[in-house]
Amino acid sequence: MKLDSMYQDIILDHYRNPHGKGLRDGDVEVHHVNPTCGDEITLRVKLDGPTVVDVSYESQGCSISQASASVLNDLVVGKTVGEAQAVQEAFLELMQSKGQGEGDEEVLEDAVAFAGVSKYPARVKCALLSWMAWKDATAQALAQHPAVND
Amino acid sequence: MTHTFTGLLDTDAIRKDFPVLQRLLHDDKPLVYLDNAATSQKPRQVLEALTAYYERHNANVHRGVHVLAEEATALYEGARDKVAAFVNAPSRNEVIFTKNASESLNLVANMLAWAEEPYRVDADSEIVITEMEHHSNIVPWQLLSQRSGAKLKWFGLTDEGRLDLSNIDELITEKTKVVSFTLVSNLLGTVNPVETIVRKAQSVGALVVIDASQAAPHMVLDVQALEADFVAFTGHKMLAPTGIGVLWGRQELLEDLPPFLGGGEMIETVTMGSSTYAPAPHKFEAGTPPIAQAVGLGAAIDYLQGIGMEKIAAHEHAITEYAVERLLEVPDLRIIGPRTAVDRGAAISFTLGDIHPHDVGQVLDEQGIAVRVGHHCARPVCLRYGIPATTRASFYLYSTPGEVDALIDGLHHVRNFFG
Repeated sequence: MKLDSMYQDIILDHYRNPHGKGLRDGDVEVHHVNPTCGDEITLRVKLDGPTVVDVSYESQGCSISQASASVLNDLVVGKTVGEAQAVQEAFLELMQSKGQGEGDEEVLEDAVAFAGVSKYPARVKCALLSWMAWKDATAQALAQHPAVND
Repeated sequence: MTHTFTGLLDTDAIRKDFPVLQRLLHDDKPLVYLDNAATSQKPRQVLEALTAYYERHNANVHRGVHVLAEEATALYEGARDKVAAFVNAPSRNEVIFTKNASESLNLVANMLAWAEEPYRVDADSEIVITEMEHHSNIVPWQLLSQRSGAKLKWFGLTDEGRLDLSNIDELITEKTKVVSFTLVSNLLGTVNPVETIVRKAQSVGALVVIDASQAAPHMVLDVQALEADFVAFTGHKMLAPTGIGVLWGRQELLEDLPPFLGGGEMIETVTMGSSTYAPAPHKFEAGTPPIAQAVGLGAAIDYLQGIGMEKIAAHEHAITEYAVERLLEVPDLRIIGPRTAVDRGAAISFTLGDIHPHDVGQVLDEQGIAVRVGHHCARPVCLRYGIPATTRASFYLYSTPGEVDALIDGLHHVRNFFG
């Protein structure tokens, strides 16, 4: 095992200096936990029409889950919901690749650094925690404002 | 710095009995197995007993007249004799085989749910547990409380990781029907003051249930000395296979209390209208039991007694004393639980600065060191101390001072990695 394949410098940088951390105004708030390790995230999504204008969060957990939330913020804020969902699906596919996927850097940017994490089944949930929370919150926000889907 | 050890076992010899301890991980790293509170490794003697059972004696128990059925029954019931002797039970009929300690504790809770007076737990009753219980000694009582209307109360914890007994007179009252607590905490390592709690419980006529899952593998367990009514433990933490647990109960209680699971083996006669039940312990062992696993538990007890539980306890005490001393040398390390080896078992939980336990465990694994990370099925303890999770190193009869040193070196490496 090569530990560096999991703890890429990009991941450790996001862990030490998370982007967009802290709770700000949002349309919907969700709270997700990973019961196996106790990682938790409270996440808010703010939409403006079809655009994701903010994803804010408070979280506690391991470096992988913390870095993943930071990368999520980078990747989805400013995109349309549709574009952001495509990124989320690409990230999910990468994390489910059991170490086989590399990820499309055009789509996933810094998130391709998590490719190594996909080899460790116990850690995949850490990487996905914030993304699943975002998916849940976005679905709830869309349900409140169905016009966004138009 | 030199440390003087007294009472260490001959681990060179012992470790030869455990095939998995010879493994190299990540190409060339010797396995340093420090996750014994989760499950122990198995010696060859236990593995051979399992193989011999399946290769030579396998049959269902208590129902055939053929040779194999008689041999299997003798082996299964022989394991019961070994358990009875191991815990100093007054009678072998007080030893009920279950699949694990969780099932044992759920069995007690369900006996009391369906019991007649004076044992029945109902809306006027109170149940007392502690904040340091494993989920397996919390959730069955929560279920009983929700279903019966009984009030669930619990002892809190001191900052030092001990039970706070200051309000024992308010907690255990005339309304208390059952007091259930762990002998040794799986997270904190604390060894609890059994006598104080048992005396108080007896004074109000409450039943006492002791979760000995973290005690039975590590120390002399004498159910008569404990003066409890029920004692639960599991085999896999004491060198035996998974799938076999024990509930010891006082004979008169087992006679009075109703069965929980119904099925084959637990009956005397059955008609379409009703059934009568076999005497204990069979009344509580519905269905084909874990036969090979019980035989494996018997072999594990033989192995442990061959070394001696006092000697095992002394060895672990020496290792724990050294581990506490060395862990406290690591900067930013906080032990969650007693910072001493006095009245403490060989499971030591800690946090390391703000490095998450998952990351600690992952980097230790890289060095071949197996520890447990998370809340250890004792989440209320983490909440009590304001932490999301801990890293836990737990030792056993084959653990060595060198493995403690490897852990300390590993933790320094973790700090450098995330520093």
